[in-house]
Amino acid sequence: MIPEDLKFTETHEWIKIEGKQAIVGITDYAVEKLGDVVFVELPALGKEIKKKESFGVVESVKAVSDLYSPLNGKIVSVNDKLSNSPDLLNKDPYGEGWIVKIEVNDPKEIDSLISTKDYEKLLEKEG
Amino acid sequence: MTKTETSQLLRTPFYDIHTSLKAKMVAFSGWTMPLMYTGILSEHHLVREKAGLFDTSHMGEFEIEGEDALGLVQKLVTNDVSKLNINQILYTPMCQDDGGIIDDLLVYRLGEHHFMLVVNASNIQKDYKWVLDNAQGLKVKVRDVSYQTALLALQGPQSGKILQGLVKGDLDSLNYYWFIKDEVYGIKGIISRTGYTGELGYELFITDAKQEKLEGLWNALMEKGRDYGLGPCGLGARDTLRLEMKYALYGNDIDEATNPLEAKLGWTVKFNKGDFNGREALLRIRDNGITRRLVGFVMFDKGIARHGYDIFMDEERIGYVTSGSFSPVLGKSIGMAYVENDFAETGTEFDVEIRGRKCKAKVVDTPFYKIT
Repeated sequence: MIPEDLKFTETHEWIKIEGKQAIVGITDYAVEKLGDVVFVELPALGKEIKKKESFGVVESVKAVSDLYSPLNGKIVSVNDKLSNSPDLLNKDPYGEGWIVKIEVNDPKEIDSLISTKDYEKLLEKEG
Repeated sequence: MTKTETSQLLRTPFYDIHTSLKAKMVAFSGWTMPLMYTGILSEHHLVREKAGLFDTSHMGEFEIEGEDALGLVQKLVTNDVSKLNINQILYTPMCQDDGGIIDDLLVYRLGEHHFMLVVNASNIQKDYKWVLDNAQGLKVKVRDVSYQTALLALQGPQSGKILQGLVKGDLDSLNYYWFIKDEVYGIKGIISRTGYTGELGYELFITDAKQEKLEGLWNALMEKGRDYGLGPCGLGARDTLRLEMKYALYGNDIDEATNPLEAKLGWTVKFNKGDFNGREALLRIRDNGITRRLVGFVMFDKGIARHGYDIFMDEERIGYVTSGSFSPVLGKSIGMAYVENDFAETGTEFDVEIRGRKCKAKVVDTPFYKIT
């Protein structure tokens, strides 16, 4: 099940808005596609990131996948647990497998993200 | 993947079983094959600790029979088949005249003048043409039975116990790289003690059997294996398992632009056996000295070194990665690479460039995984 209170990107990141901060992870669908995650390359704290640009990498046994920033902003927190337990992405992609927290430059940008309903439609199309 | 693409892919007789098990399917050398069922890591551990069942029916099989069969096989491959007993198996490269590897394969001696070659799925057509070209004027019959032959690999420490209940012959007396012709679950086939995992294991070749019968065999193996923890395993685990053993994968670690000597397959090149394709070129390469070697390395960092990544010593490019993955048993990133001679010694440290970043790696003795 896809949580209702989240926003999404076409590149399968999920975003949870908490005030001026956005918690970012990758969706169940993305994790399923990747298979066993064995390594997550996290960005440095304080790094300025731009919307739709890569800010990190998830590696599974079979594949490499870029993480794309859903918004313009600054990295204010990274999930250090992923360094030693990358499998948290497989076990709990919407919870313990969160990846970074971004301080959002312009909260208006949030409106451009995809709703749960539209994300479900997108997944149907991808089959 | 679109539906039209899927429909053009070949299916093995176990396709319906894979889909009913909800395997994640991938296109591989023209076939649709299971990549994984539960997950690559869990399937990998299953084979190392218990047992796994792989559908490897995409592999190719040629039969070569006739008065000149031995002569033809000797000409085709670099290893010495003349010493092979009936019911024995040999691993060997097959080379072009310039020493480049056309394929690596297993030779099964079915009879005095009768052989089976087991070739890579990606090379079936290329190999078959090459074998036919080489067979011209010889008294042999060459048959490609790839598409009539189902192949299952039962691998892991418990595999012998599982299989023994379904065959007549005594598996305990079946040595590594030997085979028997037997009935498995009432179906005639070849059972060989071979595999691509480094564990105790068996491969079952069954030609011209109906799909229902083969599905019955799969189910019987699963039923028999239930008490031993047997589970289905896909190509993903097959790849990580072979990499931990540093077994070469054609198309990754060896190809027509590489030769057996630099691929550390020198032990399979028998210069004294008489003439064979590539002999002169390989002799020249040996006498001039090879310039690079296929080594195994372990990463200090956590990134995965993947096929084609460059390797550097200081600022100089000294080689490239041929295979790389995460080793489930070691819990580290491992890989194989061609590096220039000077950097091929165990203990040498170099950098693998991963997405623009230089990551430290070290040449290690292989196999990476040693059965304890």
